[in-house]
Amino acid sequence: MKLLALDTSNRPLSVAVLDDGQLLAMTTTNIRKNHSIQLLPIIEALVKQAGITVQDLDRIVVADGPGSYTGLRIATTTAKTLAYTLNIDLVAISSLRALAANVIDENRLIVPLFDARRENVFAGIYERTSDGLVSVMDDQHLSIKELAAQLLGMQKPVWFVGQDVATYAAFVQDQLGSNFHQVSDALNLPNAFALGNLGLHAEPVAHPFNFVPRYLRLTEAEVEWKKRHPQEDTKPYVERN
Amino acid sequence: MTKKNLILAFESSCDETSVAVIENGEKILSNIVATQINSHKRFGGVVPEVASRHHIEQITICIDEALQKAHVKTSDLTAVAVTYGPGLVGALLVGVSAAKSFAYANDLPLVPVNHMAGHIYAARFVKPIVFPSMALLVSGGHTELVYMPYENEFQIIGETRDDAAGEAYDKIGRVLGITYPAGKPIDELAHQGKDTFHFPRAMVHDDNFDFSFSGLKSAFINTVHHADQVNETLNRADLAASFQQSVVDVIVKKTLVACEKFSIKQLVLAGGVAANQGLRETLSKKLSEKQPDLDFVKAPLKYCGDNAAMIGAAGYVAMKHNVFADASLNAEPSLEFDWVPDAIK
Ligand SMILES: [Zn+2]
Repeated sequence: MKLLALDTSNRPLSVAVLDDGQLLAMTTTNIRKNHSIQLLPIIEALVKQAGITVQDLDRIVVADGPGSYTGLRIATTTAKTLAYTLNIDLVAISSLRALAANVIDENRLIVPLFDARRENVFAGIYERTSDGLVSVMDDQHLSIKELAAQLLGMQKPVWFVGQDVATYAAFVQDQLGSNFHQVSDALNLPNAFALGNLGLHAEPVAHPFNFVPRYLRLTEAEVEWKKRHPQEDTKPYVERN
Repeated sequence: MTKKNLILAFESSCDETSVAVIENGEKILSNIVATQINSHKRFGGVVPEVASRHHIEQITICIDEALQKAHVKTSDLTAVAVTYGPGLVGALLVGVSAAKSFAYANDLPLVPVNHMAGHIYAARFVKPIVFPSMALLVSGGHTELVYMPYENEFQIIGETRDDAAGEAYDKIGRVLGITYPAGKPIDELAHQGKDTFHFPRAMVHDDNFDFSFSGLKSAFINTVHHADQVNETLNRADLAASFQQSVVDVIVKKTLVACEKFSIKQLVLAGGVAANQGLRETLSKKLSEKQPDLDFVKAPLKYCGDNAAMIGAAGYVAMKHNVFADASLNAEPSLEFDWVPDAIK
């Protein structure tokens, strides 16, 4: 099975072409360059390097969030359009799970994390068992304090993953003491090869039509509006003609 | 028989997701428009993040419906055209990402289209554009006069210095208690009233083709606030009529002068606010009095708002002139035509 995996959830970009579980070609960047400029040229180049054509693809695997809203939309729009027009399977993998997959050791909690500003993070708690990467706490948007409190209660060694861990390392280490660990730098970046392998046997989305990013957060405007109008609604929000 | 040129066009610059199939740049085979007005009504205006989220919900459904309705297979297509600016960056990115991916997966050339060129080419569904031509573009975000010396060349000769006409409508709509979008209700209200307030006509005698509506907006708001303070109730229809007359007078006056100074063959009226009846009627009337030989083309009401059909028509022309983009095409939120302030001097 020829598979394209892509992740532009945050500043790093990672794209890979796989054949079954084997890597054919991969590119990862970690530069301040617009994903919209980079993504498709990189896909084109990798498909070519892999010695296939885009029409040979059987499956698209995309990291669908959480992350930067713009980054998520670029990857998911690209993925859902390709899957739709090529009429192939589309698999969505949490961007946090994809990052957690970088840690291959068992018997430890794995906490992938993205900064969501103002002392909030997008994070999940995972553990690798003989069944693979198991979710211990669902991906969510929460304060770093809440996250630390949860982990403290679990009393296990925790390995934090992600470039944004640095922002909160001092605080979390203070809370968790010797249970706090960080992975090596190379593992802090998303890796589309690992992402592709997570998506190899995963259940595809029902249809690309209804596929949207995993934002894990309503927009501020909607939160405010719901507060002020608990009963009213103007649905359907979108009308097509 | 020569092969038909079939363009799959994408538009997502603001709050409509639209995909269309256009034949030979002039015939609309399908034009699917998913409008988000009901969503943004909650907030009294377009919220960019909400708009972007809706676009991604709709985009592939719109592609599929456009192809089905046109009875066109992907393999029949000649090219893909897409709006890449101006507009809301997050919204534009959905259309741009989808169009690029679609073109790549189906080995089709990609044509980048300026949204404002699209608005002008909505008039193409009435009749061909003849050059040199002038376009009056009036929309929520833009009020500008665009000179087109020849095909696929667009030069701004005048534009608004502050608010666009459409923005002014939404702002005074709020004062009148008319919810977003206010353009159409104010237009209708204006038809029931008279210009009794004589609001200022800004820059109408200046030696340029620029517009300004912020002074009018302030005069309007001051009038209403003053009446509130002295407990006087003003006639809303007259207020709307006076506001609209001032907007229309300034736009029509400037446009007539521009048409005279450039020896053009045709005037095109386009953009979301081009659906305004007051503007359509006054401009038609004045032109037939003052410049009866000038061909006046109004974009069809149905295609004044944002839609992909107009992007397909403009894309067809751009393609004829070999304007193509590659996979690195990005959204350009502040894309503008060339600004040629001294074009006539
Ligand atoms: Zn528009």
